[in-house]
Amino acid sequence: MTANENNIKELHHGLTEEVSRFTEAWRIFKRNRLALSGLIIFAAFFVVAVCGLILTTGDNPVLDPAKVRLSEKLLKPFSPVDTEMIKPGDWPLFGKYLLGTDDLGRDIFARMMQGAWVSLTVGFVAVGIAVLIGILMGGIAGYYGAYKIKFMHVLFLIAFFCSLVFLASGQRGLAVDSTLLALLFLVISFIYNYSPPKGNRSAGTLSFLFFDTFTIDTLIMRFVDIMLCFPSFFLILTVVAILPASIYNIMIVIGLTGWMGTTRFVRAEFLSLREQDFVSAARVMGIPDVSIIFRHMIPNAVAPVLVSATIGIADAILTEAGLSFLGFGVPPPHATWGNILSDGKRFLFDAPWLTYIPGLSILVVVLSFNLFGEGLRDALNPKLRKR
Amino acid sequence: MLSFTIKSFFQKLLTLFFISIISFLVVYLAPGKPSQIDPLNPKFTPDDLIRFQKEFNLDKPLHIQYYLYYKNLFTGQLKSWKDNQPVIGKIHERFLNSLWLFVVGTVITWCLSFPVGISAAIKRGSVFDRSTAFLSYVMISVPGFFFAYILIIFVVKTFDIPVIGMQTFGMSGADAFYRVMDRIWHLVLPSVLGALGGIALLSRYVRAQMLEVIHQDYIRTAKAKGLSGDVVYYKHGFRNALLPFVTMFGMILPGLIGGSVITESIFAWPGMGRMGYEAILARDYPIILTLNFMVAVLVLIGTFISDLLYMVVDPRIRL
Repeated sequence: MTANENNIKELHHGLTEEVSRFTEAWRIFKRNRLALSGLIIFAAFFVVAVCGLILTTGDNPVLDPAKVRLSEKLLKPFSPVDTEMIKPGDWPLFGKYLLGTDDLGRDIFARMMQGAWVSLTVGFVAVGIAVLIGILMGGIAGYYGAYKIKFMHVLFLIAFFCSLVFLASGQRGLAVDSTLLALLFLVISFIYNYSPPKGNRSAGTLSFLFFDTFTIDTLIMRFVDIMLCFPSFFLILTVVAILPASIYNIMIVIGLTGWMGTTRFVRAEFLSLREQDFVSAARVMGIPDVSIIFRHMIPNAVAPVLVSATIGIADAILTEAGLSFLGFGVPPPHATWGNILSDGKRFLFDAPWLTYIPGLSILVVVLSFNLFGEGLRDALNPKLRKR
Repeated sequence: MLSFTIKSFFQKLLTLFFISIISFLVVYLAPGKPSQIDPLNPKFTPDDLIRFQKEFNLDKPLHIQYYLYYKNLFTGQLKSWKDNQPVIGKIHERFLNSLWLFVVGTVITWCLSFPVGISAAIKRGSVFDRSTAFLSYVMISVPGFFFAYILIIFVVKTFDIPVIGMQTFGMSGADAFYRVMDRIWHLVLPSVLGALGGIALLSRYVRAQMLEVIHQDYIRTAKAKGLSGDVVYYKHGFRNALLPFVTMFGMILPGLIGGSVITESIFAWPGMGRMGYEAILARDYPIILTLNFMVAVLVLIGTFISDLLYMVVDPRIRL
């Protein structure tokens, strides 16, 4: 042991033991029984969803969610299979319909297991997209926000945007025109940036096109404001209805309409972190921006993002269920909990389990995510730590 | 204050311009042209298609379409593609129906959230506090349509009352009293459903706000003076906790359209949310666009009003 280490030990003597951030957070989290049960249900749901994926896929799955048995319509939960009518190969697990059957005689248990995986992936992928966009936009706005955008760059952005729009709407001529215009602006910017004399740029002939307009921060945050004005569920419904039905489209659309909150959190965190000493020290040491952002700032800004992501997953699952309910959800070969509920609504009084089982499952899973998220918020809140 | 108002107004106008572009593009750039809605219909000949496109300006370049669309919208000449009725008239009719739901739902929300939130804050940590906290999580997490069905089963089985639609079929000839009662019964369930999420969120917010105020020095002073609990909490505490909610008055406006799609579809309530859903099914772009645009306008008006109210109520803020 070197002298230096001894010195450090000496220094720490008599101080409280150092506790890692995770241990501390876990200690606070554990005390909240609701949040703990949320975490347990979440873990159980994860296991169920993975089992569901494994058991319901393949050529000859253990649980076949798509098997139609017309003689076994609308059976109550736990009713045994009719061994005379149904071939042994088509029997459900344990020879019983654990959660009953629907109007086509499909095994609800198998469908629920398949739906669990769909709900889980929709929630995670949609929130993953939203968080990625949010961190990117919020990070840029928080770290590079003070940079001014030049007039010429605004022109370039407008022309580029127009060319994309015209291309998408199939108007070739206008698209080519605006692309050329965008290229022209780009070339002018390059000439301006790399033209001699370098020291006296303001005297250049082009400088009248390069006055400052607004900051990057303004651009991004105004865009956030604009996006927040749209009614999110109605917008999602519109886009999902217009696009071809597919599970990926739903994930992407939910993700693309849900990044605004994360952007705001990350921007706020970055604005305060940027002024702190450890970031200044890193900058003075010549560490490149990329590693300052990813190694030093994002780990410190991640707490509110984690909390909003957890609650975002709950919202995404609810949104997907709502879309499925209205008939714009995941297309038929896949069973989802919203689908089962939606199919069951016609048999509300004859077969109420078709409504209760998926509805309660959605409720429990979404509730567990919400409780877990709230517990996480308390656990990561520095004000609640032991001093 | 005047300069802030003017500046804010023009900012909102600029935002609205970009919103108009984005909402236009989202709908018009999506694959699947509206003219292809029924390609197998033998009555829909290529001639009809061309006529259709001409009638609704679909053969013009995109920016011209954009201009014509908003020009028609503001001059009130915009027509629905489905039945060629003016959009404004259709929306006006549905708006009055939605307004009922919205007003009753908002009144329920605000009347329930405040007492619940305040007593939860005063009795912090009690059984009441913890159970309302759990209940509000449940209310946020429950899928609205599922809860609607539970309520429908319950109400229909116990009270034997029809709940779907705006009134019972064949009631139009009945006595005025019965008609009013019928309307109220039909109004209860959908508006309670619409209010649920609001109650959960608002009561939590009231509680947090009240907790913050209760720990202030002036509350301790008031208690030390020997004032009764009610006076301390409701006169000294509540007034100060009320400030942030003034801003929320502006935020509830957009709920008029956005939040009601599922509720109105379940209860067959002929309101704006349901009209939006029907328009989406029929690819009736003018109506979809107008609804989107109206919500955006409502959001902007809402934030504008809440900014102004905040300035009026809180003397510390002078923007």
